Amino acid sequence: MSAPTQTDDAQTKDTDARKVKTARVGVPKFGGLAERVAEAEDAVKEWRGVGAEDTSDLSARGSVFLKQRSRRLLGSLLAPHKTTVWIMIVVVVMENAARLAIPYLVSLGIDRAVPPIMHNGSARTLVVIVAAMLVTIIVQGLSRSIFQRMSGRVGQDVLLEIRRRVFMHFQKLDVQFHDRYTSGRVVSRLTSDVEAIQEMLSGGFDTLIRAVLILIGVGIMLLTMDLKLGLVCLCSFPLLMLLVRWFSVNSSRTYRKVREFSAMVIVQFVETMTGIRAVQAYRREPRNSEIFEDLSGSFRDVNTTAFRLVALFMPGVKIVGNVTIGIVVLYGGYRAIEGDLTVGVLTAFLLYLRMFFDPMQDISQFYNLFQSASAALEKLSGVLEEQPAVNEPAVPTPMTRAKGTVEFEHVDFAYVEDRPVLPDLDLTIPAGQTLALVGTTGAGKTTIAKMIARFYDPTGGRITLDGVDLRDLSDDDLRRNVVMVTQENFMFDGTVADNILFGKPWATRDEVIAAAKAVGAHDFISALPQGYDTDVEKRGGRLSAGQRQLVAFARAFLADPAVLILDEATSSLDIPSERLVQQALQTILASRTAVIIAHRLSTVEIADRVLVLEHGRILEDGSPAELIHAEGGRYAALYEAWEESLA
Amino acid sequence: MSADLSAPTSETSQQKDLPNNPTDRGSVTAARIETALDRPAAILPKPAPKLDKDGNPLPRASYESMFRMRSYMSPYLGRFVSMFVFGALSVGATIVVPLVTKAVIDGPVAKSDHHGLWTLGFAAMGLGVVEAVLIFLRRWTVSKATLGVEYDIRVDLYAKLQRLPMAFHDRWESGQLLSRMMSDLSTIRRFMSFGLLFLFLNSGQIIVVTIILLNLYWPLGVIVVISIGPIVWLCFKINKQYVSLSRRIQDETGDVASTVEEGAHGLRVIKSFGRSRYIFEKFDQRSVQLYDTSMKKVRLQSNFWTFLEVIPNATLVVVLAFGAYAAGHSLVTLGTLVAFTTLMTSLTAPIATLGMQISQAQETMTASDRLADIFDTDITIADGPAELAQPVRGHLQLQGVGFTFPGATGPVLHDIDLDIAPGETVALVGATGAGKSILTGLVPRLYDVTAGKITVDGIDIRDLRLTELRQVVATAFEEPTLFSMSARENLTLGRPNATQDEVDEAIDVAQAHFVYDLPWGLDTRIGEQGMSLSGGQRQRLALARAVLTKPAVLVLDDTLSALDIHTEALVEQALKRVLVGVTGIVVAHRASTVLLADRVAMLSGGTITHVGSHAELLETVPEYRELLSADFNPQDEFDLLEEVAR
Repeated sequence: MSAPTQTDDAQTKDTDARKVKTARVGVPKFGGLAERVAEAEDAVKEWRGVGAEDTSDLSARGSVFLKQRSRRLLGSLLAPHKTTVWIMIVVVVMENAARLAIPYLVSLGIDRAVPPIMHNGSARTLVVIVAAMLVTIIVQGLSRSIFQRMSGRVGQDVLLEIRRRVFMHFQKLDVQFHDRYTSGRVVSRLTSDVEAIQEMLSGGFDTLIRAVLILIGVGIMLLTMDLKLGLVCLCSFPLLMLLVRWFSVNSSRTYRKVREFSAMVIVQFVETMTGIRAVQAYRREPRNSEIFEDLSGSFRDVNTTAFRLVALFMPGVKIVGNVTIGIVVLYGGYRAIEGDLTVGVLTAFLLYLRMFFDPMQDISQFYNLFQSASAALEKLSGVLEEQPAVNEPAVPTPMTRAKGTVEFEHVDFAYVEDRPVLPDLDLTIPAGQTLALVGTTGAGKTTIAKMIARFYDPTGGRITLDGVDLRDLSDDDLRRNVVMVTQENFMFDGTVADNILFGKPWATRDEVIAAAKAVGAHDFISALPQGYDTDVEKRGGRLSAGQRQLVAFARAFLADPAVLILDEATSSLDIPSERLVQQALQTILASRTAVIIAHRLSTVEIADRVLVLEHGRILEDGSPAELIHAEGGRYAALYEAWEESLA
Repeated sequence: MSADLSAPTSETSQQKDLPNNPTDRGSVTAARIETALDRPAAILPKPAPKLDKDGNPLPRASYESMFRMRSYMSPYLGRFVSMFVFGALSVGATIVVPLVTKAVIDGPVAKSDHHGLWTLGFAAMGLGVVEAVLIFLRRWTVSKATLGVEYDIRVDLYAKLQRLPMAFHDRWESGQLLSRMMSDLSTIRRFMSFGLLFLFLNSGQIIVVTIILLNLYWPLGVIVVISIGPIVWLCFKINKQYVSLSRRIQDETGDVASTVEEGAHGLRVIKSFGRSRYIFEKFDQRSVQLYDTSMKKVRLQSNFWTFLEVIPNATLVVVLAFGAYAAGHSLVTLGTLVAFTTLMTSLTAPIATLGMQISQAQETMTASDRLADIFDTDITIADGPAELAQPVRGHLQLQGVGFTFPGATGPVLHDIDLDIAPGETVALVGATGAGKSILTGLVPRLYDVTAGKITVDGIDIRDLRLTELRQVVATAFEEPTLFSMSARENLTLGRPNATQDEVDEAIDVAQAHFVYDLPWGLDTRIGEQGMSLSGGQRQRLALARAVLTKPAVLVLDDTLSALDIHTEALVEQALKRVLVGVTGIVVAHRASTVLLADRVAMLSGGTITHVGSHAELLETVPEYRELLSADFNPQDEFDLLEEVAR
């Protein structure tokens, strides 16, 4: 007997549920849908324009199942479970042996146990057989339970391990990698790709193993019980294989189409809803509905094709199965009449055949799960093979609390070879100084800031903190002493206090409040419904831009680094916030080295020293007061422009 | 609802042949393809709530929304009826086949009747074939029907959402709407294709087979009936646990995903503070939580499947033991015994899935409720009866205008009076959060005023047809929205029939020449799924789009904020040209933008506090001076200086 999911009725839900994600589509040779879909795609191009496809994702989904690096990853993930896997193999073989034994015992029961009773003989054989069956059932039940738990645990362990490894690895990879890779891809690696693997592990793995084992087992049983009848049954084999192949080929060929159209429907929908302002303001609704109906129509049609493929495949398997059963009844019945075959064996054949055909339908489903899982594995293993360009030293120079002298010694840097951003930069920032960086776009201000925070390493020369090369510091020591606050003002999920604590997770509540007070954030935080325990909501949606900036400042103040790097926000704040932020700046800049990328003149004015940069070179260097009066200086011109605009 | 895909293609291309005169409304409407926007949603109206004894309305019945969806099934009635017929017949065939096998064994085999064997054997085979064909027919027929229903609901929902006002969309995240459009709809579709059918068929099959078993040999039948009890009980119980565990896993997967997003989006902050370990621990804690819950599910599943296999197998043993004994004493025939075992095993599946189908029905009810909630939301911003005299002059008046968000305690805007003469441009200056964006949204009626009124050429805008109003008023937003379509289609959003010359001109005004250099020029797909553009490029396209509309009233909501200072200067020069003869509202942060306007209105504390020229306000209003000063960005200025120096 097979598990209920393997029967047609129960499968419907399963089949269908999976289809939403991994609809398997094919292009049946009738109906001409393929042509219409192609036409629709051409039509779609007309209004969508031409786009560059991400070919790297496509090739990964190709026909090569498991490339070497995926296999390596899989191997290393399974290595800790070697023993368990071997036990699992033994258990699953046992389980299926027991499962296969039952029809055989039934046949014995009918052939050997019934006749003695019919002739008023003893029921001993019957008792023996029934006892044997009971034992078999217990073995089967137990081994099934054990196998499911084991495979479930190994699967979950593997998932957890993948999640951990990939997450950790992404955190380790340098900023330059992330600049290129984008956060969207990071998220999809760790969510949809991991889920694809999970789906295979929970959805199909078990089924596949059992289907294959049963396939082999049933084949052997049929042939040994009765060679001729067995051979007749096995004639259905090639037919089935043809069916499965037809289905698999078609499904993988158009598998992408459903996904594409589903993605287009989703994008059209999300774009409309997020851009509803523009949609309504520009009376786009009718055209949108046209497009949406067109896309949904195509989506419906490729889906219909997909459903109909299943509608052909499943009854196809059924028909082969039923005809085979019919032939067995005929041929077996004929031989039974001739006395050549017992009724018991005939019954066992019928039971086996049922067992045989049901899992066949599952293998085909598994095919697509397997394909997307292997594509996901491929991408994940690719990520894991990336090496971070910024590494911790093997033997770090210890540093507890730096004084805060930062020095650039003949520093070269280029994002792309031959296009230097910083050519041979020499710069000394004495401890305690506030340095404002100004200059044109692309002058290298952000690069200098990021290099002090060691987001990038120089391509030549060295950057030192209190005379120690940054590359010789452990990450902990470096981050304790150097903190960079970007204009993103990123808020993490959690409370306001959690967000400030990010600067120093082990700080007490008093320290948190003290930090908030120092930057002038205490008042607004206290006014929130739950004060410091108010949830900031997704991405800090609860707070205004100015409030987020103050929380970010409090975070930095709490971390209390020797060197603070600040990419000042450009977002326009309301006047009270603006004043608050200015005051906060003064507080957090005091008593430490500070480097500010200044977007406001008011910030430049509180700096001790201003650097005017262009193309990675220092053009002017001096205090704001000095530079204002420098004849023909850039900073002087800037100041003049400002005064003019307010005249 | 034919699936003719080529049709929309040819019809869409007609779009290009639209008459060139945008004011000629009649022909525009005539050439447009009819869409779901042109008809009411097919969902049945909400029935009047039933009243309890005291006359209070009772809460809606759980099945009410689901039942209201039945109108979507009626176009496919024939297909749904055949689904039931084919389904019932195929279940019938499933039941009959073992009975034929029994006849074979008891009749021809026992009596050595060759002729009978052939007849019955072929009958069995024929039945098997018929069963498969019936399954094929059912699936084939119903796929079109259910997917058609899904499509119909989907386009209706989309149309409804497009008509709902901004106030609705402010409340609803697009993710929530998306899950209604994708997952809730497929839940409904699944139930229609399988759940509904098998809820009936499985119950039927269980009852019929049990009766047959009892008829075949009642003592054995009783044993089976007894064993069905625990299975049914177990299935119901476990299914409940299973559903709740699945929900928890879904939630926890969401938690893990949100930490992943944090780790990705906040990466630079994390690195900067050296908190990788901290964020990893948070991630790990959630992953382990998910692991634990998943393991619970694994255990539950393993118990469930084990039970589900052991109980029928145990029953089989008992049946066989008794059956063999009974056969031995000629109480039953061998054929009966074989048929009995086969039929019995065929019961397991329907019983196991019955629980699933019941929970599917419940999920469908919830999903229908969620959809009905959207369909039942009122469209508060709708067409009025009046028409503007042609040509539109663009005299814009705000009289005592106020706006309060629904549910908010205080107004965002109050007592705003502003009279903008045709052709005049007014700059709006105010701090972040002063309500500038809401004010600009009131003019095209993205929001409706909650106090006072806005008139164009003396007519209250609420009395105008929306399409007409929005043709007269064009807005470029601070956060420009580009859609995943060609640059050209993005540009001509407000005026699909613009000529190439007009497009070129608008591009020129907005300094958006970069579009010509895109890989496929104006045909390049941009937006979410296409070429990604910088903030400044997007703003320029949005500006070009607004300009291209050639409106009588042009609203620029801080449209230049992401431009570099050099481009901004060029755009401002060009805008000056465009704004001649157009009534303009320009939200401005910088002195240079303010200079585009004839007058400046200062917005503070939710109302207009000062109106005057730039010089006047600089002189007399300290807050104004401070505002403009704060927006002086050294980097931009240096860029400009460098540009000038060249």
